[in-house]
Order: sequence, then structure tokens, then C-alpha cells
Amino acid sequence: MTIQVDMHDRLALALQEDLTARISATSARGVLIDISSLEVVDSFIGRMFANIAAMARVLDATTVVVGMQPAVAITLVELGLSLPGVRTALNVERGMALLQTSLDGAGEEDASGVP
Amino acid sequence: MSSHNGSRLPALLQEHEEELLRAWVQDQTQALATGQGRITETELREQSREFLGLLRRAAQDGDLTNIRGPAWQEVQQSLASLSKTRARQGFTPKQTAGFVFSLKRPLFSILAKEYQSDPAALGEETWTITALLDELGLQTADAFIQSREEIISRQQEEMLELSTPVVKLWEGVLALPMIGTLDSARTQVVMESLLQRIVETGAEVAIIDITGVPTVDTLVAQHLIKTVTAARLMGADCIISGIRPQIAQTIVHLGVDLGDVITKATLADAFAVALQRRGLTLTASRPRP
Repeated sequence: MTIQVDMHDRLALALQEDLTARISATSARGVLIDISSLEVVDSFIGRMFANIAAMARVLDATTVVVGMQPAVAITLVELGLSLPGVRTALNVERGMALLQTSLDGAGEEDASGVP
Repeated sequence: MSSHNGSRLPALLQEHEEELLRAWVQDQTQALATGQGRITETELREQSREFLGLLRRAAQDGDLTNIRGPAWQEVQQSLASLSKTRARQGFTPKQTAGFVFSLKRPLFSILAKEYQSDPAALGEETWTITALLDELGLQTADAFIQSREEIISRQQEEMLELSTPVVKLWEGVLALPMIGTLDSARTQVVMESLLQRIVETGAEVAIIDITGVPTVDTLVAQHLIKTVTAARLMGADCIISGIRPQIAQTIVHLGVDLGDVITKATLADAFAVALQRRGLTLTASRPRP
């Protein structure tokens, strides 16, 4: 039990570090997190998503979470985590479209068209 | 032949079978005449004959004071299935348990004739048989109640399933017409089927119509908000429609905060918003007169 919790923590921290590093390295304006293979979620993971979205926003990038399974959505809602500030979409295609529209709308002065 | 307990019940049942059957069926027919249940005399006679046969065998092989013994299995099963049938046919618990209890009168009149010269034995025999029939009768009543409860819980399940359909109004637009009160169990079912349909159809808009929901209190509102939030997590927006004036008043009085959920008075209005969302417009193909 103890080992799992440790790994969870470390994995989450690692993910957060990696992500923020990549965002600033590539000057990314959008982050797409695909959780279609995530079948079980707990409050820890929920908070992790919210944190990642907040960090990304600080780095001027929009986060979109895609592929959430019904069971995961229900669990999050029952846990009282509505993940405000995290945009969601059904799948990767929709997610990209969402990012595109949000980038088009927000970054009119930035015409580099970063995918 | 006599039973383990020295009772002459098996012998009596054998010798006086026809006489007993006739009197018993007659008494039963009277008792079952009132009320809503209906049963033909042939069926009644068959049921009674079968029971007498099983009773005789069980009394012969088993202990009259312990109906949980293996010899009484068949009798118990037969009574249980009789209870179920009677419950379905619309008889009351009294009429169902009465099947067993009504055997007492004809049986005791036979006993009285048999033991005319031996009051002590009559008393003992009467007591043994009374205790036995009481046990069996009460068990029949229990079985009846249990099968009624099974019917009720199955109906509840069916109602739950029937009352939460998710229909497709248009490409990417789903509608949930809710009828009846919204409790936690139902909300769970609604959430699951809605999210499942969102995944299946790739819908972007879900319209939850509450025209058929009689009252909305804080609990119901909470359930609605949960459903909306869950759908949103999956990338679909929700519109709540069918808000009657009284409901609007209740919501404000209760201080319920619907957040930024779009609400519309009618399903038609909600549908218009949904189409707009998807970038669609309706144009008339024929000029209206």
C-alpha cells in the first residue's frame, strides 16, 4: 500500500515537472491530455488535473482533457470535483478543434499558427 | 398405518380422502367467493387433492412436530408455489393461508367420529394436527408476503428503467425527458445512460427536460447539477428545459444556484439554442401561407 502511494506522488510530480518544462521549452500554447485509457480515478488524480491546468495557464497555455470515460466522470462528480478551469472534449479531434478556437480567439497578435 | 408420533393421521387421510376432499373444497369455495381473486372449481379441487396426497405421504414418513424435516420438503414447496400463484391471481393473504386452515373443520369432524369412544386420544390427536396445520398455514402466509415483495421490487426496477430514456433529437443533440421524482437512485441511472449515449453518439448538447418533474427541492436540484457537471466533464453542454413558473419560483426561494447552466422554459426553446450551438439554422422549404 505504502509503495503505491509513493509511486502515485512521484508519478504525479514527475508528470507536472515534465509538462511544465515542455510547455516552456516549446512555447506551447495548448496542452491536450488524453485520458481515454484511464478507467479509475480518485480525488488525487482529480486534483492533479486541476493543478496541471493551473500551471499551464500560468505559462499561457490552455489545457484540454479528452477521452474521459463515463465511469470516471461520474466518480469525479460524486467526489465533488467539477474541475473548473479545465476544458473538456469527447475525443482528440474535438479537443484539437477546441484548442484551435480558443487560440484563434485569444492570440490574435500571435500569428505563428502553432498546432 | 400410523405416523412416527403414533398419530392416525395418515390412515385417516387415506380412508376418508373423497369425503374430506368434498367438504374441504366446499368450504374453500365459500371463503374464496369474496374478493378479487378468481379460481375455477376444477383447479381448486386439483390443488386440494394434490395437497392431501402430499400431506399423507409426509405425515407417514416424517415427524408431525417438525415440518422442517426432509419428509416435509414436498409439502413446503407445493405450498410455496401455491402462495405465489394465489398472490398473482389476486387473492388476499388470508385467503391463501386459508387454504391450509380451512382443512381443519372437515378433518376434525372426521376425527370426532373416529375417536368417539376415546376422548383422551381425540384431544391429543386434535392438538397434534392443529399445531401441524397452524405451522403450515403460517408458512404459507409468509411465502405469500415474500412473493408480493418480489413483485413490488421487480416493478420498481422496471419503472426505473422505463422512465429514463435518452433520445436523439438531432445530430449531436440528445434529449432526456424526465418524468416523475428524481431521487439518488434514479439520478445514478440517468447519469450513466446519458454519459453512455454521449460517448455512443458523440453528442455535444444534452437537453434535460423537467416538464414531468412535479417538484424541485434542493436535493433534486443537486442531482440535476451533478448530471450537468458529469456531462460537461465529457465535453457535452447541458440545457435544462421545461421549467414551470412554480419551479422557477421554488428555485429562487430556495436559493439554489444553477451556476452557468442554461435554462429554458420549453423544450422548443432549448432545441433552438442547441441548433444554434451546432451552427445550424432552420429555413422554410416552402413559403408559409
